[in-house]
Amino acid sequence: MIRTRPTEQGVQAPPQNLTRRVLTSKQTRLGLIMLVTMILFAIIGPFLTPHSPTAVIAKPYASPGDGLLLGADSLGRDIVSRILSGGINLTWMGIAATAGGVILGTAIGLVAAFAGGIVDTLLMRVVDVLLTFPTIIMAILFISMVGPSRWILVVLVAIGLTPGMARVMRGAARPVMRREHVMWARTIGLSSRHILMREVLPSVTSPLMVEIGLRLMWSVVGLASLSFLGFGVQPPDADWGLMVSENKDGLAIQPLAVLIPAACVALFTIGGNLFAEGAARVIGRTEGARS
Amino acid sequence: MAIETTTTDGAVKAAPTPDRSRRTALAWLIARRALMGLVTLWCISVIVFVATQTMPGDVAKIILGPSATADQVAQLNKNLGLDQPLFSQYWDWLRNVLTGNMGNSLVSGQPVSELLSERIFNSATLTVMAMVLILPLSLLVGLLAAVFRDKLLDRSYLGVSLIVTATPDFVLGSLVVALFGTVVFKVLPPVSLIPPGDAPWQHPQELVMPLAVMVLVGVTYLSRLVRVSFIDVMESEYVQLAMLKGLSMRRILFRHALPNALAPSIPAASIMAAYTIAGSVVIEYLFAYPGIGSALVDAVAGHDLPMIQAIIMLMAAAFFCFNQLADVLGTLNKSR
Repeated sequence: MIRTRPTEQGVQAPPQNLTRRVLTSKQTRLGLIMLVTMILFAIIGPFLTPHSPTAVIAKPYASPGDGLLLGADSLGRDIVSRILSGGINLTWMGIAATAGGVILGTAIGLVAAFAGGIVDTLLMRVVDVLLTFPTIIMAILFISMVGPSRWILVVLVAIGLTPGMARVMRGAARPVMRREHVMWARTIGLSSRHILMREVLPSVTSPLMVEIGLRLMWSVVGLASLSFLGFGVQPPDADWGLMVSENKDGLAIQPLAVLIPAACVALFTIGGNLFAEGAARVIGRTEGARS
Repeated sequence: MAIETTTTDGAVKAAPTPDRSRRTALAWLIARRALMGLVTLWCISVIVFVATQTMPGDVAKIILGPSATADQVAQLNKNLGLDQPLFSQYWDWLRNVLTGNMGNSLVSGQPVSELLSERIFNSATLTVMAMVLILPLSLLVGLLAAVFRDKLLDRSYLGVSLIVTATPDFVLGSLVVALFGTVVFKVLPPVSLIPPGDAPWQHPQELVMPLAVMVLVGVTYLSRLVRVSFIDVMESEYVQLAMLKGLSMRRILFRHALPNALAPSIPAASIMAAYTIAGSVVIEYLFAYPGIGSALVDAVAGHDLPMIQAIIMLMAAAFFCFNQLADVLGTLNKSR
């Protein structure tokens, strides 16, 4: 099948090229390395625990020694084991929520831009309403009623990410709709799905990449904060956000039980932000788009 | 802290058409906003109602716990009006909310409005104090970063702000507590317990750390916007002309650049106030500060339904108002 190649100015490079271009920035590379390291740490960690992360094996806040590298937490559990196994839930939930929010938001944004007219207005009004409801408050509201199930948390955070994502993607897709290859595809009557997936989506990969980094950061921040408040991962399971709130009263005796999990969350989210901002800068420089 | 600008798109759409005079356009805009606002607030009330009253899993069972007998559940359902049809339940609830009657707390039995008034006052004090510090500080920091653009100062500022933006509030808060409250220097109380009946400013020491975290987060967000709008203004023709005319840098900065650079930051400040409301839940919980954020956490832990409804409605309404204010301010800006 013949497909018109976009030839006008401001053409967007194919994705492989984009990835390479984005990775020329030191900042983006550092961010990606941090993200991958934290994800690997969270996945491999549970297999390396010297003790069970939920077993009480010492006195509360016992000092390091007796085979406990960092001592014990507020209930006398091994801190090292809890740190090693405390990232896996945050990681999969964060990634799943980001994927859900990004896919749903992109779909809504592209459909709104493609359909225009009443559908566009309607979708954007719904987005406006959703944006006026802060994610963390909405999450607390639903969790208070149905209990902190992990899948519900993922769905809630994904819904929280969706409206912002839809708005950004609609903005990015609108100029694409007026491009030759899209107009051509519409003229010869290709299906809407085909046009959106094959013609429009490849042209909005640049903002998509930046948004994925940002949304990953936000969903991890949100999920960790909910765990910290006690609405996320429930005790006795180990979780970095939860560990901070469990051990904060013992900060004076056992500061590392708070500071290491806090640092783990921060490294994860800072990695996401480094990647997103670095990518935005590279894309802004090479495509002249706003960062 | 996750902050999302909601102004950009709505503001463009609501921009007045050229054939209308500015004043009518403004009135029209405000009327439209107010109408949209009412519709949105109504939507929020439906969401809150649906989420709390009609969830699977009986409300009465949640309140009474798993050991409740069927009789007790039926009795409580009747007391709460849960045996009525859904629509009349909603109508009764909405009418009560609108007349300021938020019901009684299920935990203490006192009226919710009474329990919350002091909490609201405490939270408002904290937010206002934070805003009073954030506004001038962001202006100063943003201005310095813009003046020293791409120099060491600016670059290190951008690095720090990138890290602070990405770090969750509770992590920042724990670090501050570790630094000043417990581990390194023991100069400040690690928790901000304000005894009931006391005004927050009677305990300045307790306020320092929560304020510090809020100010840090707020300043990093707002000063970046100030920096960008300052750079834009400094590159504009009239500032360039003033430089060519040989006006002093101070005069250019404060007389010519500042008012114009300030304008885009005002709606952003309003958005930030909105996000401070959502962020207050984490900060108040961390420092055990008796505001409405920590009241929400307590209410959820105690399954205190009327309290949860009241606090969430309140927070959503306040959040919404600040967002709308930002929208209107942003449009005013653009039409100028």
